[in-house]
Amino acid sequence: MTKDECKKVVLDIIADIAPDEDLSNVKPDVRLRDQLQLDSMDFLDIVMELRKRYGIEVPEADYMQLASLDSSANYLTPKFNALPAKS
Amino acid sequence: MVFPGFLASPFLIPVNSRSHYDVAIIGAGMSGLAAGIRLAHFGKRVCIFERHNTVGGLNSFYSLGGRKFDVGLHAMTNFVRPGVKGTPLGKLLRQLRITREEFALCEQKQSRIAFGPHGETSLRFSNDFAVLESEIARQFPKQIDGFRRLVDVVKAYDDVSLDAQPTSARTLVRQHVTDPLLEHMLFCPVMYYGSSSEHDMEFGQFVIMFKALYLEGFARPFDGVRVILRVLLEKYRAAGGERRMKCGVKHIVAREGRAAALVLDDGGEVTADHVISSIGAPETARLVQSGHRPQPAPAPGRLSFVETITILDRQPAELGWGSDTIVFFNDSAKFDYACPDGQVDPRSGVICIPNNFDYGPDRQLSEGIFRCTCLANYEQWAHLPEETYRADKHRWYAALQESARRFLPKLPTPDALTRATVTTDMFTPRTVTKFTGHLAGAIYGAAEKNRQGRTELANLYLCGTDQGFLGIVGAMLSGISMANYHILAKT
Repeated sequence: MTKDECKKVVLDIIADIAPDEDLSNVKPDVRLRDQLQLDSMDFLDIVMELRKRYGIEVPEADYMQLASLDSSANYLTPKFNALPAKS
Repeated sequence: MVFPGFLASPFLIPVNSRSHYDVAIIGAGMSGLAAGIRLAHFGKRVCIFERHNTVGGLNSFYSLGGRKFDVGLHAMTNFVRPGVKGTPLGKLLRQLRITREEFALCEQKQSRIAFGPHGETSLRFSNDFAVLESEIARQFPKQIDGFRRLVDVVKAYDDVSLDAQPTSARTLVRQHVTDPLLEHMLFCPVMYYGSSSEHDMEFGQFVIMFKALYLEGFARPFDGVRVILRVLLEKYRAAGGERRMKCGVKHIVAREGRAAALVLDDGGEVTADHVISSIGAPETARLVQSGHRPQPAPAPGRLSFVETITILDRQPAELGWGSDTIVFFNDSAKFDYACPDGQVDPRSGVICIPNNFDYGPDRQLSEGIFRCTCLANYEQWAHLPEETYRADKHRWYAALQESARRFLPKLPTPDALTRATVTTDMFTPRTVTKFTGHLAGAIYGAAEKNRQGRTELANLYLCGTDQGFLGIVGAMLSGISMANYHILAKT
């Protein structure tokens, strides 16, 4: 997975948990919280959807890694690439 | 060849008869269903156990003579229009993956707070906060600055904090609103729609209700509460949640400080890693069976209500009652929110005319509905012989109508309401306990709230009224918060 694909994964999750947000102009280098109305409940959901959909675990200490799309991609892409290939 | 282990595999056990769940939820009301949706969505094996044959708990509906009657919900509070973010309704929709279209909420026309023998002082309010503000500016010009300061305090208050310290709402409000009449008028709807304590309430609870009623607003689906319940049930089912109806939990078996098993009404036994109870704090404490003496549970709440429902053969507008959605009334300057000494306190109450929501230009409810709610004393209703109970209901039905009519526009003829009446029904505190299991008919639960929802057992948590988020949006958020806080955020 590339970092861009990873950003798309995160955006798709946000689109599902916050369908009332306009995601067409999300800046990758700006904190998500500063451009979207996302609260701690929503961030919990991003983490939980990552686990549910892809089996990716984000421990609580790492939640801040999901602050922006760029930081999310930096943090999550290696995790995606370390997943065992689907048989 | 069949080997023994295969028979015990979970795949062969029919749905709804497993004996172990990740989470067992007691009660299929709004909070239990909301908790269930969250947990099932994230892969937990969940089952809701409900003693009654329908879902909804305190906010449900029943059929009588071919009609569906809503109970509980007059209006859904916390209404905000699309685009308004960061409010409880928005959080609820997101967390449960519900779209606005699914609830299809229709807004109120206007509501009023009417005080005095015939409602001489009347404050209108609607889903536009400016209406209430201008009414106060006009009728209480000396109070408007204080009122605006109060609104600022309310807006700045963190009402969803799970560890806030209790403060008296009366004391805090009086720092800003110094005219007792205005103070009582502001408290009347707030208390009627959510206070579990008499006379005063905790400021955090006041803030939740103030926002829900005045800063946000009222709406309802065209078909009433059952639309909301249907959406919740569909989400829960689609997420893989199970439920067992007409199957309450008789006991919670406690071992070593944990809920070790649930004994069901049908005699069966199930186990669960976590148990969420939505049935109330004292009600839950009563289920726990352990070897040692249980910790004292909070006393059941003292506030209960009677409600009359009158079905009319015409739209209420034809009787001149077409503008008010909800009217909160009190026939003097001082509002007493307390358990009455007698059966009912008809001095104050809430009128709801469900026809007066804005359902769009070509749509109206097929019949007129006129509901009236007053404070009532559970003890004065609970133990009456059947015949006396019926006679008292009959007597109070008439008294409630008479009391409420003082605050509505004068009818074209004195007998116009009677002539338009098709059928009536009435519930009492006894009805509440009979159908919901809530002790003492306490609609808003125990006076003392338990924000974190913890109990004496490590894996048993409370959600719903006794956790302390109010209203039906609050009830659902309570289920969501407790599922998130105790289970999803920790696993």
